[in-house]
Amino acid sequence: MWGNLESFSDFFVTGDPLILGAQVSIALAMVAIVLVLTIFKKWGWLWREWLTTVDHKRVGIMYIIASIMMLFRGGVDALLMRVQLAMPDTNFLHAEHYNAIFTTHGVIMILFMAMPLMFGLFNIAVPLQIGARDVAYPFLNSLSFWLFFFGAMLFNVSFVIGGSPDAGWVAYPPLSELSHSPGVGQNFYIWGIQISGIGSLATGINFVVTILKMRAPGMKLMKMPMFTWSVLSSCLMILFAFPILTVTMALLFLDRFMGAHFFTLDAGGNPMMYINMIWMWGHPEVYIVVVPAFGIFSEVVATFSRKKLFGYTSMVFAMIGIAVMSFFTWAHHFFTMGSGADVNAFFAVSTMIIAIPTGVKIFNWLFTMFRGRIRFTTPMMWTIAFIPCFVVGGMTGVLLSVAPADFQFHNSYFLIAHFHQVLIGGVAFGYFAGLYYWWPKMFGFALNEHLGKWAFWLWNIGFYVCFMPQYFLGLDGMTRRLYTYDFDMGWGPLNMISTVGGFLMGAGFLFQVWQIAHSIRFFKRAKGDHWDGRTLEWSIPSPAPLYNFATEPVVNDVDDWWETKQKLAKGEKLAPKPALQPIHMPKNSSIPFIMSVFWFGAGFGFVWDWLWMAIPSMVGVAVCMIARSFTYDDDYYIPVDEIERTEKAAALKEASI
Amino acid sequence: MRSKLTKYGIGLLMLIMTVMLSGCSSSMMVLDPKGPIGADQRDLIVISTILCAVVLVPVIILTAWIVWRYRDKPDNKAAYKPTWSHNTKAEITWWAIPIIVIGVLGVITVKYTYALEPSKPLESDKKPLVIQATSLDWKWLFTYPEEGIATVNYIKIPEDRPIKFQLTSDAPMNSFWIPQLGGQMYTMSGMNMTLFLQADEPGSYYGSGANFSGPNFADMRFQVDATSDDDFSKWVSEVKSGPTALTLDGYEKLAEPSSSAVQTFNSFPDGLYDKIVNKYVVGEGHHHGSEEK
Repeated sequence: MWGNLESFSDFFVTGDPLILGAQVSIALAMVAIVLVLTIFKKWGWLWREWLTTVDHKRVGIMYIIASIMMLFRGGVDALLMRVQLAMPDTNFLHAEHYNAIFTTHGVIMILFMAMPLMFGLFNIAVPLQIGARDVAYPFLNSLSFWLFFFGAMLFNVSFVIGGSPDAGWVAYPPLSELSHSPGVGQNFYIWGIQISGIGSLATGINFVVTILKMRAPGMKLMKMPMFTWSVLSSCLMILFAFPILTVTMALLFLDRFMGAHFFTLDAGGNPMMYINMIWMWGHPEVYIVVVPAFGIFSEVVATFSRKKLFGYTSMVFAMIGIAVMSFFTWAHHFFTMGSGADVNAFFAVSTMIIAIPTGVKIFNWLFTMFRGRIRFTTPMMWTIAFIPCFVVGGMTGVLLSVAPADFQFHNSYFLIAHFHQVLIGGVAFGYFAGLYYWWPKMFGFALNEHLGKWAFWLWNIGFYVCFMPQYFLGLDGMTRRLYTYDFDMGWGPLNMISTVGGFLMGAGFLFQVWQIAHSIRFFKRAKGDHWDGRTLEWSIPSPAPLYNFATEPVVNDVDDWWETKQKLAKGEKLAPKPALQPIHMPKNSSIPFIMSVFWFGAGFGFVWDWLWMAIPSMVGVAVCMIARSFTYDDDYYIPVDEIERTEKAAALKEASI
Repeated sequence: MRSKLTKYGIGLLMLIMTVMLSGCSSSMMVLDPKGPIGADQRDLIVISTILCAVVLVPVIILTAWIVWRYRDKPDNKAAYKPTWSHNTKAEITWWAIPIIVIGVLGVITVKYTYALEPSKPLESDKKPLVIQATSLDWKWLFTYPEEGIATVNYIKIPEDRPIKFQLTSDAPMNSFWIPQLGGQMYTMSGMNMTLFLQADEPGSYYGSGANFSGPNFADMRFQVDATSDDDFSKWVSEVKSGPTALTLDGYEKLAEPSSSAVQTFNSFPDGLYDKIVNKYVVGEGHHHGSEEK
């Protein structure tokens, strides 16, 4: 039954003091959580209010909490690597440990940090921006979250149970095949990504339908807020890109589990096919995460310049252009494979073309600020910092796309510096801006701006200190994924500087945690329209009531709420709101959580080749699906008097600020 | 408070710039090429950087100016036009700017992509020297088919003569990179890739595997010594009179996962490189069927 376990240490990773420390702290944290929940009798609350919720706002909050935990884990990975590279002779990390850490750092930061933080912001903002009461499929939304969560947990558990994957974040075969990675680490990689990937695809479908079908009356496509447009583009990319990932992982699984030969060296397998497929997903994936950041910047820059977004139509077409082109650039990840000048020339030019719409967007943001009135709040500071950072990162990207020059940049620290600059300077800065921007809407209190500015400066200075030296290391021949190097290569000083920068960013993260803790402790209620906003989410109380909008809003303009405020200021009368009516709402469901637990069991069973565990778990998944199909009692109505009470209470709170 | 923070921020940035610039004064490999391919690639890097900087620098200055000019201060006299959100001429301008820059860069790139196609022979009145490089776990095997010698983690080449590297792998994919001579090319099992490089002056150059290939990947470095023709011939005959030959068994042993010091062999089995390249051709047949789990 325990087939491939010969000893206890095959199951639990033992022998490394760092990992032992992690195991102990995980155990302690779990005991602490159980104790707190039991002492304060919060188990029922947790189950009813959170684990079974289908409310998009709560699902969003859970996504964000999980992604911040993952940011911590991925960040610790990064700092461990930086310590090793600052002191390459000390054997702080040995080769296998280093390889596992850069693998998990990459997977976690992209798939389990950036993606869920992005989905969290989708959930928080999109239904409120388009005047909807929830997403199109609330049940599916909850299922998406729990699949992501248990997929991420399955992946994370590998570093204490069974051993982490160590073939790099895109896991090129044959390194990721059974022949070179016989352990279970690579199985954790496959199943962690597969299970959370189902969730990502479902979220993509959910938001496409939500945006296309559930907009408030009057909100034509070309009157949607820019963030909603960015979510639509991102989700359309998800629909086309994620199935490729699923198939790639499935084929790799068949190779490992059934002895198939899709990507093996022998029996006609072709590892190069995997490399093509993983990047057919992987390249759109980076645009999937960065386009919503563009949407956030568009919202923030208009709000805090007190000015309409410049060039709305251009922005929409630029975004769609990026989304389409992102599918035609994948081979620039391997110009050095020797596909010949024709192929390389095509992919070099197609990659450069993406710089055109991106450049247009930068100009439009600049000209939104031009003749505006810029307020330096934390969301706006992240946005302003993004522009130079992303322009430089984009430019080094253009340099990388010059195929013959790429022969000298490829797999070097120049590349590492480039993609961190666009992913941190673009994606992370954008999501931080979004998090600070919508925080009052999510929780009903504002974050301390002073601590936020400390975090901002530490992150920004830390970023440049960390990554600028890496461009030069790359030009000096340092390749990625080296756990050590000779002192006489002369790479030591720049690596040391880079490590200092890494720790500055780490300090920035601590300031953010402190900022959140401080703001909870010294609770300051936020108004419904905390930032003097422009779009519909600011027209309702903070936090938004369960049903979002007491009456369905009617939209006339792109910045509808801003225009409404202008009319009110001029003393114009607004159209009278229709009478309250009972609101149709979805009921909570425990099936998403339970089904995802079964998925976790199935994944864990397949990881260890324990069919006795995998098959019953898959049956459990099927039973959950059938149970859901026969659930007819899945909705209810909020009565008018309850809506009245809620609205009155919110109005009282608002008046007390 | 903000102004104090800003001051600290700017001070720190200045400090970093100083440190970085002093750190770069020593020449970096890619920017200090010693061969024609490396030199062309360096030129291309410089040209494309300048082209990008033409847009980059004004945009950054414009950003700083706009952010300063339109800050929200009660005494700010700058124009405020909250509904000004469209201007066809302006938007055509900034669609046009990147299109022109990318157009120019695209043409240059395509031209260079064909000119610097790695398998294209270099112009020279000398016949290229053939060196076959095989990436193993975790070492480089070099065979000189015409000279009949083999080395591990070390090559010697004559200066001023094109070198035709033939690249393959008998392990997970790697990448063959000698930054000062020119860009890299993947080494893949079952594939025979060609990369022409040349050293213009004698010297000792750093070479490495640039694509991650497992635990001891960091040991996949090799030294490239470029010498005069005479010294090269002398070295070849020295190696030829060396004590050790590379046998087929010896190769099998060498190919096992481990790191290796520099080694030289006075001979190697006939057709070893072709055998490695053709190892996985389906129908050759001895290794068919599923792996053991």
